[in-house]
Amino acid sequence: MNPRAFQIQPQDNVATMIDDVQSGAVEISGAAREEISTSEKISHSHKIAVRDIAVNEAVIKFGVRIGHATQAIPRGAWVHLHNLASDLDERSGTLDLHSGAPTDTVYE
Amino acid sequence: MNKNLPTWEGFLRADGRKGIRNLVLVIYTVECAQFVAHAIAHGETDVHVIGFPGCYDNQYAVRLMLALARHPNVGAVLSVGLGCEYTQPGKIAEVVRKSGRPAESFFIQDAGGTSKSIARGKEILSRLRKEISEVKRVPMSLADLTVGCECGGSDGTSGLAGNPVVGAFFDRLVDAGGRAVFEETVEMIGLRNILQSRAANEAARTELAAAYDKAENYCKQVRQFSASPGNFAGGLTTIEEKSMGAFAKGGSRPIQGVIKVAEAPRGPGLWILDSVPDAHFMQFGYTNPNDSEGIMDLISSGAQIVLFVTGRGSVIGSPIAPLIKITGNTQTYQRMIEDMDFNAGRVLTGEISLADAGEELLALVTRIAKGEPAKPELLGHREYFVMYKHQDTPSLTAGCRA
Repeated sequence: MNPRAFQIQPQDNVATMIDDVQSGAVEISGAAREEISTSEKISHSHKIAVRDIAVNEAVIKFGVRIGHATQAIPRGAWVHLHNLASDLDERSGTLDLHSGAPTDTVYE
Repeated sequence: MNKNLPTWEGFLRADGRKGIRNLVLVIYTVECAQFVAHAIAHGETDVHVIGFPGCYDNQYAVRLMLALARHPNVGAVLSVGLGCEYTQPGKIAEVVRKSGRPAESFFIQDAGGTSKSIARGKEILSRLRKEISEVKRVPMSLADLTVGCECGGSDGTSGLAGNPVVGAFFDRLVDAGGRAVFEETVEMIGLRNILQSRAANEAARTELAAAYDKAENYCKQVRQFSASPGNFAGGLTTIEEKSMGAFAKGGSRPIQGVIKVAEAPRGPGLWILDSVPDAHFMQFGYTNPNDSEGIMDLISSGAQIVLFVTGRGSVIGSPIAPLIKITGNTQTYQRMIEDMDFNAGRVLTGEISLADAGEELLALVTRIAKGEPAKPELLGHREYFVMYKHQDTPSLTAGCRA
């Protein structure tokens, strides 16, 4: 069985992984049923783009805007801190992409 | 009322409210009395501890502790102070006695130090426990329950499965005449219109807009939104995304209004608790500094049970009201099964429908209400957090029958 992802609303342009994927085919379920190919490793609970998203375009999940694309995101790409930013929270853009740990607090 | 709905035996308090546990609460009034308070409770069954660390008192903290001291699950109170601090253990005991509960207090300096205070505390405890063992038992149903919900350690599954299952349960609780309370207005960021569209009436609509605006301004001012490194590592990217997921715990019923910390819901139905500080010259730190603080706030609304939704896994519990752990992440459920009460992740893999999962959660809540311990309760988790804060609030007698 291919790794799975769950899309909440038909108008969403991202879906949430419910398995880990190394690369290759991902089975979308929920509000859409299709197969998407990814060339990236995407972890369980993270988001995969189900459509091409242009720079500054709204990223839609739960049918609502959850922020904007900071670069062009192709269908099948991992969507996270490196290409999606909050419209309100500036600090989250500075966090480590993989661990989420802050990079702006000094430990010395 | 639907005859198929469950009933069980609860503990009747003098104010008419009903508890699902019959506890003695030990309250310390300064950090200097913390060790003695915990030593008094150590090894005792059904004795929980809360306390306030500061020497300078704080109206918010006193109000919160008084609401917890007169919680439906609490039968009696022992308040212990060092003897120097502003917060007065004697006054706490006095207010608790007025609620019809036995309560005592003493200062460690008067008792003559650590060992004598522990011995005196244990002797008082045995007396209080004997008194409350005779409290009247009465039938209880979902209509007598207030259930709170908090989420923490959220990941991408929380908004997809964990919180929606709580939402399905909250709909059932509200339909049965119960009270459902959820908080974290700082995790409703970006949802102003959605929030207002759920208001039961015009007054609730106004309250919700005001609570939302306060939360958004607060986060901007302190430059910290309510998302943790673990949330990001768990696949959540923005506060707007986390908020939509968190809000799913509110189910689909109308929101009756907004209450503040230590206030009880003003009637049955679904309520939002606002724990964000109001403007004050001290400009108290962060709202929701950790999960235990939010859980305390929910318990202070009279919640006899609190649901805790976690995607990544959490090992906290709570004093006074049992905490039920729900995860939408099957991997987390399996990895931390000792701590997890409910696997909502089955909704995502299609093993169970959302409605059936809500029904199963209702059955679990009923079993816990009947006396079965939740996993954090069984493991002995009793974390609490009472902080300095300011909220503009009505007087306790007006706003809270806690």
